[in-house]
Amino acid sequence: MAYSVKVLDHYENPRNVGSFGKEDDGVATGMVGAPACGDVMKLQIKVGKGGVIEDAKFKTYGCGSAIASSSLVTEWVKGKTVEQALDIKNTQIAEELALPPVKIHCSILAEDAIKAAVADYKKKHVDQAAG
Amino acid sequence: MLKLPIYLDYSATTPVDPRVAEKMIPYLVEKFGNPASRSHAFGWEVEAAVEEAREEVARLVNADAKEIVWTSGATESNNLALKGAAQFYAGKGKHLVTVKTEHKAVLDTCRDLERLGFEVTYLDVQDNGLLDLEVFKAALRPDTILVSVMMVNNEIGVIQPIAEIGEICRAKGIIFHVDAAQATGKVVIDLATLKVDLMSFSAHKTYGPKGIGALYVRRKPRIRLTAQMHGGGHERGFRSGTLATHQIVGMGEAFRLARLEMGAENERIRMLRDRLYKGLSDIDEVYVNGDMEQRVPHNLNISFAYVEGESLLMAVKDLAVSSGSACTSASLEPSYVLRALGREDELAHSSIRFTLGRFTTEEEVDYAVKLLHEKISRLRELSPLWEMVQEGVDLSTVQWAAH
Amino acid sequence: MFTPVYLDHNATTAADPAVVDAMLPYLSGLCGNASSRHEYGRAARRAIDEARSKVAAAVGAHASEVVFTSGGSEANNLLIKGAAACLKPGLLAVSAIEHPCVIRPAEQLRKRGWTLHKLAVDTAGRVDEADYRALIGERPSIVSVMLANNETGVVQDIASLAAQARAVGAWFHSDAVQAVGKIPVDFRQLNAAGVNALSLSAHKIGGPKGAAALVLDKRLDIEPLIAGGGHERGLRSGTENVAAIVGFGVACELASARLAEVAPRLLVLRERLESGLFSLGATLFGQAAERLPNTLYFAFPDLDGETLVGHLDRAGYALASGSACSSANPEPSHVLRAMGVGAELARGAVRVSLGAANSVAEIDGFLATLRATVLRLQQLTAMAV
Repeated sequence: MAYSVKVLDHYENPRNVGSFGKEDDGVATGMVGAPACGDVMKLQIKVGKGGVIEDAKFKTYGCGSAIASSSLVTEWVKGKTVEQALDIKNTQIAEELALPPVKIHCSILAEDAIKAAVADYKKKHVDQAAG
Repeated sequence: MLKLPIYLDYSATTPVDPRVAEKMIPYLVEKFGNPASRSHAFGWEVEAAVEEAREEVARLVNADAKEIVWTSGATESNNLALKGAAQFYAGKGKHLVTVKTEHKAVLDTCRDLERLGFEVTYLDVQDNGLLDLEVFKAALRPDTILVSVMMVNNEIGVIQPIAEIGEICRAKGIIFHVDAAQATGKVVIDLATLKVDLMSFSAHKTYGPKGIGALYVRRKPRIRLTAQMHGGGHERGFRSGTLATHQIVGMGEAFRLARLEMGAENERIRMLRDRLYKGLSDIDEVYVNGDMEQRVPHNLNISFAYVEGESLLMAVKDLAVSSGSACTSASLEPSYVLRALGREDELAHSSIRFTLGRFTTEEEVDYAVKLLHEKISRLRELSPLWEMVQEGVDLSTVQWAAH
Repeated sequence: MFTPVYLDHNATTAADPAVVDAMLPYLSGLCGNASSRHEYGRAARRAIDEARSKVAAAVGAHASEVVFTSGGSEANNLLIKGAAACLKPGLLAVSAIEHPCVIRPAEQLRKRGWTLHKLAVDTAGRVDEADYRALIGERPSIVSVMLANNETGVVQDIASLAAQARAVGAWFHSDAVQAVGKIPVDFRQLNAAGVNALSLSAHKIGGPKGAAALVLDKRLDIEPLIAGGGHERGLRSGTENVAAIVGFGVACELASARLAEVAPRLLVLRERLESGLFSLGATLFGQAAERLPNTLYFAFPDLDGETLVGHLDRAGYALASGSACSSANPEPSHVLRAMGVGAELARGAVRVSLGAANSVAEIDGFLATLRATVLRLQQLTAMAV
């Protein structure tokens, strides 16, 4: 498998690896994929006032393209509002990283991770609002 | 200075030994005749070289040179043995027995035979990769004509109980084929005592060139085959086609060297393999695949839990190793051999096959150990699964989002 | 050291030094299995891809149409049996002068319900037009006619034969093993005319033994002969013979680059030989037909070919009394018998097949030796009578 320069860069120097404290204020987590499928992505966002994502971290079990896709989205979501983050599409990720067709599922998984993290945020936010 | 990447993939193919290459080259240039040319010295001298090489191949496995048929490689040998015997003896029965962990050259050939009306039983192996003889016996039927079991598995290096299987087959009058592509030079093969009727060999797994192999066809009791390649009637009609002299000479020399050197060589390689194993076994959550006792000395197949296979291969790009067998590595499927051992897909995905060989050094092994320690640790830092396990989460209880 | 003059290039050729040079790295450091995903494997894969392009370019084909095999015999077996396996058993035709590795697989297909028509040839060794028309009338499914014959060197008009076959929906294959490097071979043109597959071989054109190819029109479905691993688009499994394939690629490149220069030179040598043979009273076979520029097949009445070739070998000239593969076979050449040559004269057949390295001096030396040998043998024969 020939990897693009950008995939290799994210794989060698992944951005924003790690986890936030679970109880940190405004932290939401999206976990997608399954070990049996060869990919699990955990994306965490830290949302500040006005719904702006201030920070993001990830951990990924998966191939180089999966690691690169998740590393890339941590950079992209920062500074966006949660609503804007939802506009990030897998096709943009695939294009940015020049993913080959057999690796498109990695970009889809990264998009799903954003959706899952935002959903988690909204759930907590709504819960908090309700509480 | 270490040359990177370090070659630890001797079961995929071996480098041609320089002594072998040196012997081959004259047969490309000045001794270029066609061994089938009977009318001039160009033909005779190469025919003599072909026969000398045949003697060498026979000698390594204690067979008669007349029992050795040249082919283009072990894949062709396996095809010729299975299709040739099944078709020739089809009148006696239609049932074949083989094992799920065989090489694709055997499994795909069996699929072809199924399409031609034969029935094939694919036996499971035990957790250690070895065939259970009771299971084997139970699979035999009155109409079983042919059994095919590999001597050494290409992925996990386990050695099947060929002598015992041979006795069972001979007692029942069943033809027994053994794929020994991975065995030559690694284990002693004595066809005078083994009750094996057909055996496939490859040169390029034993420091010979690619493109040449052989099939042993027993003469006493005589085994007959339906030829699969027709033409000028070369190889006593078993296999037509101009003999590739330089390759044949190379295989003969490679097998001669194996006969002379395998005793000492295997001990040296076993020490290196054990050094590698010891070096890797202090990493958490590593699992050896396949029996460690009934195993060739140069193979180590290990699963590293909680790291993904492809990223693992990417991380160890300074090591030329294989995940699963070379022939199936274009696909993203987990190795069917590891699955047959009952390994779950995650562990099958994250396995590495290290196969050491004649040119492997202690320095290379030490480099590999150090590199794996670093890379596994880095990938586990990245792995959400590892994080969960460290937090005490039982992954089997997690509801994964279906994808 | 005394080296005999080699006049048996249709049996096999020495590998060109440039071919050997290209192969050597793959017999030492570049040891990878092309299926491996590490750098050693990728290097092997790149080398095979490059060789595939070179082989394709030499015969005007696309790289994706080239399927590597272990030899010409395998390529022919693969096509004949492989194509038949994808069709309902019907009528199959091969010319009576085909190499055994076409005829024998075709005969095997009778067991699977196929009818085999062996196409007659005329006295010059060309496919007989009337018999071919009759065949086409019976709507064959597969037709195989060699481009150039290994014994006589006679070249068939396969474009015209293929066009007729295509008109009735038959698949057309041609064994081009002897033609490449001696006459232009263009698969695109031939394919347009109706040729669906060509067999090529490395060791006939200065490449190594152990590499060959089937050039295959993708519309033609074939079943593989050798299963296991799915190499070569599933048409030919087995670890690729990287060194030999690399050598094949270079040999193809050299053969096509040199063709324009080599073919006329071979023709000059052959004509010189031919006129010498006439003056000695030899009978030439296939003379009325278009032939390869390097091949000359002849006999002297009342002289046994084996005997003559044996004497010439001791005098320092290596040549064949028939095709190499059937040299052990005392039967007269099936090619000559198909051309209507009597058994007696056919037993006298001797083949000279020239190579680019042969010189005028060698031809003159050969003719002088031949003259002396023939005279001596004729005297012995006369005395015996």
